[in-house]
Amino acid sequence: MRTRKKMLQATLAIAIGGILLWPEPGRTMEAADAPETVEINSLARLYSGVDFNHAMHTEIASCVQCHHHTTGGEVTDPNCIRCHAKSGEADTVSCKECHSSDRFSKDDLSKRDNPALYHIDKPGLKGAYHLNCVTCHQKTGGPTGCQDCHTMTEAGEKMFQTGQHAPSETTGGEHSGH
Amino acid sequence: MKTTVSRRTFIKGGLAGTVVATVLPEKKSQAATFEGYPDGMGVLVDLTRCVGCRSCEAACNEEQKLPQPDKPFDDFSVFDEIHHGQKRRTDETRYTVVNRYDVPGLDHPLFRKIQCNHCQEPACLTSCFVNAYTKTPEGAVIYNPNVCVGCRTCMIACPFNIPTFKYSSAFNPRIMKCIFCYDTRLKEGRPPACVEACPQEALTFGKRNKLLEIGRQRIRETPDKYEDHIYGEHEVGGTAWMYLSSVPFDQVGFDTHVPKEPILNYVKDFLGIVPMVLTVWPALFAGFHLLATRKDWLKNKNEDTHEEE
Repeated sequence: MRTRKKMLQATLAIAIGGILLWPEPGRTMEAADAPETVEINSLARLYSGVDFNHAMHTEIASCVQCHHHTTGGEVTDPNCIRCHAKSGEADTVSCKECHSSDRFSKDDLSKRDNPALYHIDKPGLKGAYHLNCVTCHQKTGGPTGCQDCHTMTEAGEKMFQTGQHAPSETTGGEHSGH
Repeated sequence: MKTTVSRRTFIKGGLAGTVVATVLPEKKSQAATFEGYPDGMGVLVDLTRCVGCRSCEAACNEEQKLPQPDKPFDDFSVFDEIHHGQKRRTDETRYTVVNRYDVPGLDHPLFRKIQCNHCQEPACLTSCFVNAYTKTPEGAVIYNPNVCVGCRTCMIACPFNIPTFKYSSAFNPRIMKCIFCYDTRLKEGRPPACVEACPQEALTFGKRNKLLEIGRQRIRETPDKYEDHIYGEHEVGGTAWMYLSSVPFDQVGFDTHVPKEPILNYVKDFLGIVPMVLTVWPALFAGFHLLATRKDWLKNKNEDTHEEE
C-alpha cells in the first residue's frame, strides 16, 4: 500500500536523520593526561607563586569541579547544563585563557557591556583561583590560611605592614578607636 | 510730613511676601527625582565570598597614605576587639574595616567590610552648609577639606556613621572618609585599591546598573546561597556600594531600618522654608516691632520737641 510505503520511508528518513544529527559525544580528557604539578605564579607579587600538586588533586576531585565544562566531563551544575551539557572538550583548559588577569580594567568592563553576553559575572584570574581553591578547602578541611599555600613576599610584608615592616611597640600603642 | 506705610498695608505686604516665598519653592528641586548618574560606578560586596583576610584594609591604608596601624594587617586578633561595646569602625586612621560576625546556626563566621557606601543622594552632602561634599558622575562622594569648617554635621547626618573627624588636627578641620579612591583611581576608570587587592573577588567593581544585574543573577542562579535582597539597591535612596548576604542582613550588622528613600526627602520641606524664614521673617517682625513701638516713639519725639521749645 502506498501509505504504508510512505510511512516506512518517513520512518527510515527520520532514523537516518537522527543518526546523522546525533551529537557526537564530546571528547573527554583523562586525568592521566594532566601535568603532575602546575606552577601558578602569573600574578605573584604580594605572595609567592603556588606549586600546585595537580596529580594529588585529581585523586580527590573530579576534573569538572575545577575546570567546569572545559575538560569535556559531565557537567552537573544546573546553571551550566543549560548550555554546556554536551559542549565537549574545550580548546584550552588553562584558567587564564578564560579568566582575565586584568579584571575591572576599562577593557574588561567594556567587554562585559555586551548585552548578548551571559557570563557577565565571570571572575578574574585571581578571583577564579581563590574562589575555586578556598571554597573547596573550606568544605573539605584543606588549608585555608593565606600562607598555607603561598608565602608572603617582601612586597607583601610592606603592604600588610607585618614582619620586618610591622608597627614597632613604641609607635604602635593602644588605639582608642573613638 | 513724609508718607509712611500704614500698618495694614505693611502687614498685608509682609504676609503676601511670606505666601509667595512659601509657594515659590514648590517648583520641585532636581534632587526630588534624581536617580543617580546613569554611568555611576559602584562595588558589589558579596559576604558569602569574604574570608576576612584584611587585604582590602592594607591596600586602602597604602593607597590613601593613612597612618601606620597599631597591629599588622595580617593580625586577625582585631576581629575580637570591642570598643565602647561596638566592633571596629572607620576612623581617622582607616577608611575601611572588616568585622567578623559569628552567626548562630552557621558553621563558619561571616565577614563584612564597611566603608563609605557612596549614596546616590548623600545625607552628608545635603547636611553640609559649605558644600564640602560632591557626588561625582563617576559615583564617588568626595570631600573638600579646604572649605570644611569642622561642624561635623555630616557625621550626624550619615545613616551609616562613616565620616569621622580628625581630632588630631582640630584647628585645621578635616573629615576622614573613604573617597572611592577618586583622585588616584576612579577618575581614570580604575577600581579602588581595596577591590584590586581582594583575592576572593568578594568586591565586584562596575557600573552600578550592571552590578544590580550581576547581583540578581547570583541570587537567581543560586537561591539557596543568598538572601533575596541587595542591600543598597533602595536603602536611603540607593547606594553605589551594595551588599549580598547569605543570612538576614541584620544578623551581620546592617541597619535594616534605614529608610528606602533619601534622607534628604525627610528634611527637604523644612529646608525649603529656611531661606524664607531667614529673609522675610526678620523684615516682617522688625516691621511689627517698629509699628508697635511707633506711638511711643512719636510721643517721645513730641515731648522732646516740646521740651526744646
